[in-house]
Amino acid sequence: MEEKVAFELVSPEKLLISAEVDMVLVPGAEGDFGILPGHSLFISGVRPGVLEVHNGGEVEQRIFVSGGIAEATPERCTVLAEQAVPMEELDAKEISSRIGDLRDDIDASTSDDDRETAENALMVAEAMLNAIAAAIR
Amino acid sequence: MSTLKELRTRITSVKSTRKITSAMKMVAAAKLRRAQEQAEAARPYAERMERMLGSLAASLKGSDGAPPLLAGSGDDKTHLVVVASSDRGLCGGFNVNIVRSARQLITQLSAEGKNVKVLCVGRKGNDQLKREYKSHIVDTIIDVGKPRLEFTQANTIGHRISTMFAEGEFDVCTLIYAKFQSAITQEVTRMQIVPFAIPETKEEEEEEEEAKGGIPAIYEFEPDEEEILADLLPRNLSVQIYRALLENAASEQGARMTAMDNATRNASDMIDDLTIFYNRTRQGVITKELIEIISGAEAL
Repeated sequence: MEEKVAFELVSPEKLLISAEVDMVLVPGAEGDFGILPGHSLFISGVRPGVLEVHNGGEVEQRIFVSGGIAEATPERCTVLAEQAVPMEELDAKEISSRIGDLRDDIDASTSDDDRETAENALMVAEAMLNAIAAAIR
Repeated sequence: MSTLKELRTRITSVKSTRKITSAMKMVAAAKLRRAQEQAEAARPYAERMERMLGSLAASLKGSDGAPPLLAGSGDDKTHLVVVASSDRGLCGGFNVNIVRSARQLITQLSAEGKNVKVLCVGRKGNDQLKREYKSHIVDTIIDVGKPRLEFTQANTIGHRISTMFAEGEFDVCTLIYAKFQSAITQEVTRMQIVPFAIPETKEEEEEEEEAKGGIPAIYEFEPDEEEILADLLPRNLSVQIYRALLENAASEQGARMTAMDNATRNASDMIDDLTIFYNRTRQGVITKELIEIISGAEAL
């Protein structure tokens, strides 16, 4: 397979990846999808989960994204992530303690807004933990 | 005429002022570099976001389903002016310029009979505006970007603005900030963020695409267009704010660096002048004493 996808992963803080790859596996809002060269025009939401970059028949990189938007055209694939962290940098212990803190936050929250933000953060953290568990298995 | 001792004290005091200003200049230069890097790192996201929104907006053009954040609330009675300034002073004309532009906009809008609301981001903007427009100021957000400006902070502000919009508290929102050009020049910019202004280059691109013989891009959406737009638009708001705040932070440091550079130079000039004056005075005193001694000796 000669053709490649120009893949870009950007978070608001920086451009994380900009490379030519064989395939990208994105956790879409309505199910995971893979982007190969020549994909039709496509825009999808992204749910918290692990994004995989495939190159040369194997998984080159795994990155956790906490939601965002993905766009695909026949030549390129762009993922705008809210937050993106390489899997190697995730620390299960730290996340577990954060989940505990967030649960406390939800209990202590007084306004709907506070509760909502805490709940969203909790969802992301739980997804992180699941991703780690899946990677170990 | 000042005595020698007074002059000496003055020279010492100007010298310590110079030490402070040159230290501040150095700190500002270091911070400026960091702020600039951060602003550059954030650029790709904003660009991609704009491109994506452009194609979305194009495919939604003409349909009635366009959400209010894109199409506007159908009114323009109430304006929200978001004034981004710094929390700290001693940065030359930085805040003054921003506030002047804000004041002009407020006066102009009030003259047109519109309601004006002001949201201040940064302490200094509030300080300078509250004397005249206290009743207009909705709130002031301070300590943004401490210790480091992060997207979540911009997101909080963006979230707040979109909530206000959803509750019908304003129809049009303009953001005023200083765009960073160089350490010497910062351009005060007004940017309309609600309703979202589709970048004008879009049409050219479209023509280009058509010229290439391709049919206009039709995207497939998952879930559907409206849901994605509903997610993308508030996020775009936050991204625009984030970008503006980053530019502002870089501008602030640039302005401070220049201001402190000037202050240091002025202090040096002053020290030189004072030193010359001091030496002259000292010489004068010595000459006077000599004359006194000689004329005393002659009198004997």
